[in-house]
Amino acid sequence: MNRIKAFGAFWYDFVIGDDWQVAAFIVAGLGLTAILTHAAGVNAWWLLPLVAFAALGWSLYRATPRK
Amino acid sequence: MNALPLILTVFVACAVEAIEALTIVLAAGITREWKSTFQGMAVALVVLAAITAVVGPAITYLPLTALRLVVGALLAIFGLQWLRKAVLRATGYKALHDEASAYLREVSAAETAAKESKRGVSDWYAFTLAFKGVLLEGLEVVFIVITFGANQKNIGAAVIGAAAAIVVVTVTGIAVRAPLTKVPENWMKFAVGIMLTSFGTFWGAEGAGVAWPGNDAALLVLVPVVGLVSAGYVFWLRSRKGAVGAPARQSEVLSS
Repeated sequence: MNRIKAFGAFWYDFVIGDDWQVAAFIVAGLGLTAILTHAAGVNAWWLLPLVAFAALGWSLYRATPRK
Repeated sequence: MNALPLILTVFVACAVEAIEALTIVLAAGITREWKSTFQGMAVALVVLAAITAVVGPAITYLPLTALRLVVGALLAIFGLQWLRKAVLRATGYKALHDEASAYLREVSAAETAAKESKRGVSDWYAFTLAFKGVLLEGLEVVFIVITFGANQKNIGAAVIGAAAAIVVVTVTGIAVRAPLTKVPENWMKFAVGIMLTSFGTFWGAEGAGVAWPGNDAALLVLVPVVGLVSAGYVFWLRSRKGAVGAPARQSEVLSS
């Protein structure tokens, strides 16, 4: 059981890393891009870069001390 | 697309991983014994080659749209994590990865561990240390080679970039017989983070159905924009740190 846990923990750390919210942002951004593109007919090429920048900024904000 | 950006990105990413693996291998070889260290390295390289040989061709059978969506998401997440660490290190919120101190830590642990023969290996500790070091750092290399190579339909070019990085780092390591402490690792990670995030965002969005203005040429704009935004975050955190005057969070300092 411990080996399975360690295996899972390794892959979680490998793929997701220190902040799971970054991954959540990207997955949500891709989903929204797909919905806008396929359902609303909007060529939303600009959305994912904006989401990526927001994810990085949010993650950095949370990782550093505030006043 | 020209293969040169692909080769260069893979080269720099793999060089960073190879430098970290070299530090561990040197610690095992110099402190314990070289024969068991080389055995550990060789077994890890065989495992990595097997993973590449199985996963590499298999992934190319996926439909291109699905491949770009999944791989783009993984690369963007991976790249943002690299960028996050690089920005935190550049602004002093996280300790710089120091190959000299990493080497000393490994040497100190290797000196105190007992020598034990197992499964035909004369020093099991040196074997496992080298095996784990090469395998774990190598997995990131394999991930980058397969994802970049498969998306560009040019795994050969990605392998060339990775192999060149490993050869350059190994030859340099043999020449200096010490960890490569002079290499600006954080800035290399910063650059790789920018490339992984840019390519991941580009392919991920394509997989989600968008058409980029200018097609592949959009990357020529996306890469500098990601770089500029990341640099902007460095300036933001530096100015914020000056205003707050607080030390780095302990958890960030201690994690690798």
